[in-house]
Amino acid sequence: MDAQDIKIKASNVQVHYGDTHAVKDVTVRITDNTVTAFIGPSGCGKSTFLRCLNRMNDTIQTCRVKGEILLDGEDIYDKRVDPVQLRAKVGMVFQKPNPFPKSIYDNVAYGPRIHGMFNHKSELDDIVEKALRRAAIWAEVKDRLAAPGTSLSGGQQQRLCIARAVATEPEVLLMDEPCSALDPIATAQVEELIDELRQRFSVVIVTHSMQQAARVSQKTAFFHLGELVEFGETGQIFTNPEDPRTESYITGRIG
Amino acid sequence: MATFWIIICLILLSTAGFFLGRHRALASAKGQVPQLHSLPAYYGFNVALTTLVPSLAVLAIWLLAQPLFVETRIAAMIPADLAPRSTEVGLVMSDVRRIAEGLDIAVTQGVMTESEIQHLSVDTIDLRARLGGLGIALGSEVLPEFLVAARSYREMSQDGRLMMTLVVTLMALVGFARSYGQTHKDFRARNVVERGVMALLILAASLAILSTIGIVFSMLFETVNFFGLHNWRDFFFGSSWAPDFRGDSTLSMLPLLWGTIYISVIALLVAVPVGLFAAIYLSEYAGPKTRSVAKPLLEILAGIPTIVYGLFALLTVGPMLVRIFGRGDDGLLGVEWMSGATSVLTAGLVMGIMLIPFVSSLSDDIINAVPQSLRDGSLGLGATKSETIRQVVIPAALPGIVGAILLAASRAIGETMIVVMGAGAIAKFSANPLESMTTITTRIVSQLTGDTDFASPETLVAFALGLSLFVLTLGLNILALYIVRTYREQYD
Repeated sequence: MDAQDIKIKASNVQVHYGDTHAVKDVTVRITDNTVTAFIGPSGCGKSTFLRCLNRMNDTIQTCRVKGEILLDGEDIYDKRVDPVQLRAKVGMVFQKPNPFPKSIYDNVAYGPRIHGMFNHKSELDDIVEKALRRAAIWAEVKDRLAAPGTSLSGGQQQRLCIARAVATEPEVLLMDEPCSALDPIATAQVEELIDELRQRFSVVIVTHSMQQAARVSQKTAFFHLGELVEFGETGQIFTNPEDPRTESYITGRIG
Repeated sequence: MATFWIIICLILLSTAGFFLGRHRALASAKGQVPQLHSLPAYYGFNVALTTLVPSLAVLAIWLLAQPLFVETRIAAMIPADLAPRSTEVGLVMSDVRRIAEGLDIAVTQGVMTESEIQHLSVDTIDLRARLGGLGIALGSEVLPEFLVAARSYREMSQDGRLMMTLVVTLMALVGFARSYGQTHKDFRARNVVERGVMALLILAASLAILSTIGIVFSMLFETVNFFGLHNWRDFFFGSSWAPDFRGDSTLSMLPLLWGTIYISVIALLVAVPVGLFAAIYLSEYAGPKTRSVAKPLLEILAGIPTIVYGLFALLTVGPMLVRIFGRGDDGLLGVEWMSGATSVLTAGLVMGIMLIPFVSSLSDDIINAVPQSLRDGSLGLGATKSETIRQVVIPAALPGIVGAILLAASRAIGETMIVVMGAGAIAKFSANPLESMTTITTRIVSQLTGDTDFASPETLVAFALGLSLFVLTLGLNILALYIVRTYREQYD
């Protein structure tokens, strides 16, 4: 694989929550324009590791992160790096849809406004429309952009949150179980969307559903008890896993 | 029998009922607790409650209703020419009541016998002097009609008491017999006790509501009396407050309302920013250690009695303001704007300090109720902490915060002690915050303290003011509730 393609290079990452050793010595390469899935049983550290990638763990006081995470070759835990700027580059979509108590338009315009990404209102309109189109929700909301974001259905809210995240033009999009609060139809829509987003971003998704991982991802990482057990091509992991623990999990014996 | 002893007997009977009921239930199951439908104590409580509650309820209602009943009957006996107006009927009735009480005391002290009272006549004996000797002061000479009325008052009261004792005892015994008879191992005592508990809770809730209604009505009647004596136009729309106990006062609420609102607005201008920012710091920025120290410290402010804040206003804040804004060339600003320590600004500042913990602890709860997922969402988009708070957390918490502010406003409007000591006593319209002004609450105090005559408008105006204040704060509270309910975002 070409070294140019590597977007995030995490080496020997350790995370402690107080006395709990949540992530143990994880080393992962995340390539550009790829969907990477993190799978594993609950409490295996996959969400924690995901939150390391945009330093969201900084907001939790008892959390300590060790090791090295390079984004485009730059250490994101370096003192000179501003976590706020980093999070604009590495966007995040959360488990539960969390639209702000604002209009649909203002929800999407939130990031661009904070980062001063436009000169005129018309440019902002374009940004909002483009983001909503990319999140495949434009057709449903274009006539009611002033309606509150909370008035949408669960699946629409989650796509609105994805639109909000892509509006800031991130380079990497982190998704923490984005479909766990959605019904199967909304899940299918979001999965389709994830596949399209791959054209422009590197996507990392944490999921509990192995079918989902198999459907949307090209690379899969299996976490167990805070360790990265196996990492490789999705097809390889699901058909011919190297580690016996991976096989047990995929066939439903542990987890 | 005295009411006290009736109650004691009822309690004894129900205590006995508890043990007897428990025992009978156990006996019916041959001592096997698992055979019983409910735990043994429930059978005991069933008997005890069925004995006690209905009889106590009847007792309470009887005690409230009997005087009313007797008085209306006696009032009808008083000839119309002795009490031509309805207010005078009240005076006459209180005289009759005192005579009746005096006769009761005379009997208990052995000065008179019952038969003597039956043959008493005002022509042969100076009853006023006799009762005066027993410590009962009567307002006027005893008229024969009054004596007759007092006699039948006594008789009716005594008959009523006897009836009451009989009825209450009967209720208790019937309740006891019925529930004791029902007690059997298959009887669902637990469910009955459950209903009893619910009745108790309903009773507590209705007492709270009824006392509110009672307060309103007591003020309402006096207010109606006031408007019978004073022009309502002057009260609501007049422009000056000049009570004069020799009569002919102008009693307008507006100057007082102006002072109240002015002081409250200043208090809120102090309390809202400081309280809100303190809440934001404590809930969003402070670490657990700082929080655990700072929050109780802030809440101590809420526990300080308002009179102490009043002292603070009078002794510290007032003189400090005078040093800044007064004293001419000796002052800090070199101006002569403020002469005395009492002013709108003094009271407003101190009241604002009093309201800080109120605003901050309510806002703190509301800010904490904003789900963490919203903060994460905003931070995940690359917003800073303060951007997140300003644009996401505060808008989400706004309905609650507005509600907290309105509640603080209604406290400010009702506050008395700080204003008494800090704001002065002059009622006037002025926009200058360095002048003395006064508020509705302090005027209520001053109209009702000292020697008061409850028939003069100068005294009764206090009730009209009180009712206006009540309506004002009630309106604010309802508005606060409405805002909180309508604009609250539903987070699950």
